[in-house]
Amino acid sequence: MSGFFDRLRGRDRGSKNKAKERLQFILVHDRISLPPEQLAQMKREILEVISKYVSIDEEHVDIALQPRDRTSNKLIAEIPFKRRAHPEEVDEAAQGEILDVIDEDEEETVRVDPSRINEIEKQMDVDEGKQDEQPAQDPTKPSKTTD
Amino acid sequence: MGAKVITITSGKGGVGKTTTTANLSIALARLGKRVVAIDADIGLRNLDIVMGLENRIVYDLVDVVEGRCRLPQAMIRHKQFPNLYLIAAAQTRDKTAVSPSDMVALTRKLRPEHDFILIDSPAGIERGFRNAVAPADEVLIVTNPEVSAVRDADRIIGLLEAFNRGPGQLIINRIKPEMVRRGEMLSAKDVTDILSIRIIGIVPEDETVIPSSNSGVPVTMSENSRAGQAFMNIARRLTGENVPFMQLDATGNLFQRIARLFGGNNSET
Repeated sequence: MSGFFDRLRGRDRGSKNKAKERLQFILVHDRISLPPEQLAQMKREILEVISKYVSIDEEHVDIALQPRDRTSNKLIAEIPFKRRAHPEEVDEAAQGEILDVIDEDEEETVRVDPSRINEIEKQMDVDEGKQDEQPAQDPTKPSKTTD
Repeated sequence: MGAKVITITSGKGGVGKTTTTANLSIALARLGKRVVAIDADIGLRNLDIVMGLENRIVYDLVDVVEGRCRLPQAMIRHKQFPNLYLIAAAQTRDKTAVSPSDMVALTRKLRPEHDFILIDSPAGIERGFRNAVAPADEVLIVTNPEVSAVRDADRIIGLLEAFNRGPGQLIINRIKPEMVRRGEMLSAKDVTDILSIRIIGIVPEDETVIPSSNSGVPVTMSENSRAGQAFMNIARRLTGENVPFMQLDATGNLFQRIARLFGGNNSET
């Protein structure tokens, strides 16, 4: 009977490997109390920050937790750059994301300069209308609002 | 200093803590050691049943802690092994009746007269677990070769380190060599690699365990149970004896297989 199962499944292909993989994944996150979703969020944020300054070769980004033993886990990140980018290129590559950031952080913008709220809103309306014509203005904004 | 206090815990319920505590207590008593087994699972008393002593309990752990009886009155002596005592858990009382310092004080009183004090921890990581672990000189973590049990064991190992009681030693219970061979169950080596702690015993799944707890006669009391032999070997290791994993006994086939799962690692105790 067991011989039959051996042939059916193949010796290395049993569910134990699945168990091992799942456990290793679960334990890495358990041990540093960082659930997979938060790790993904952290990665996104790291890349966001870096791409403010340099252009990232996103296809070859590799950020992963590396378990060594119980007490010493580390985050290994390999983030290749495309090349040293000119400001206009950064701008083109990140335009969409940067606009998103402004939208999400509206509150913060207000807090930074409440008296200018109407002015800013007007300016944003203007930007939306002129987006395609005036991209060079945008990259300066996120650094103002987030600093 | 006297007795060594050994706490048996697991995180997950149902992996065999109570069976392990009962069997190690009896195994140590059979080796001539003076043993006290304490059931720290307040509200869910079980160890007395597995040891077959449930009809003789008058006072329990909470009675001792709250001063309703003297310590010796709550110590139930095993008829067959006069050097083995049980202190039962309270069945109905509030779980917060006992504190970690109560457990330290209790074991301090027991240490001079005994060689081993075994504490059966409740499942979970709450007060009961902390009570059980507080007085421990050594912690044994029982797990099964299953994802959920191993995960909980890892959590417990982390907590033990935080409480300064770590790292503890591992008992892998209910392993089925046949399933391991087919690649359908984590091997003992897989589990110890993942948890990276010392292992003190591997107990095979054994159909004699349930009938034995049905009748309140732990498997270590009979000679022809493989699980019983595995527990006996763990007891020997606890006394400092160097018992190799593979050289267990005459039912060589099974244990050779278990040993094989350990690769060349046989000399490890």
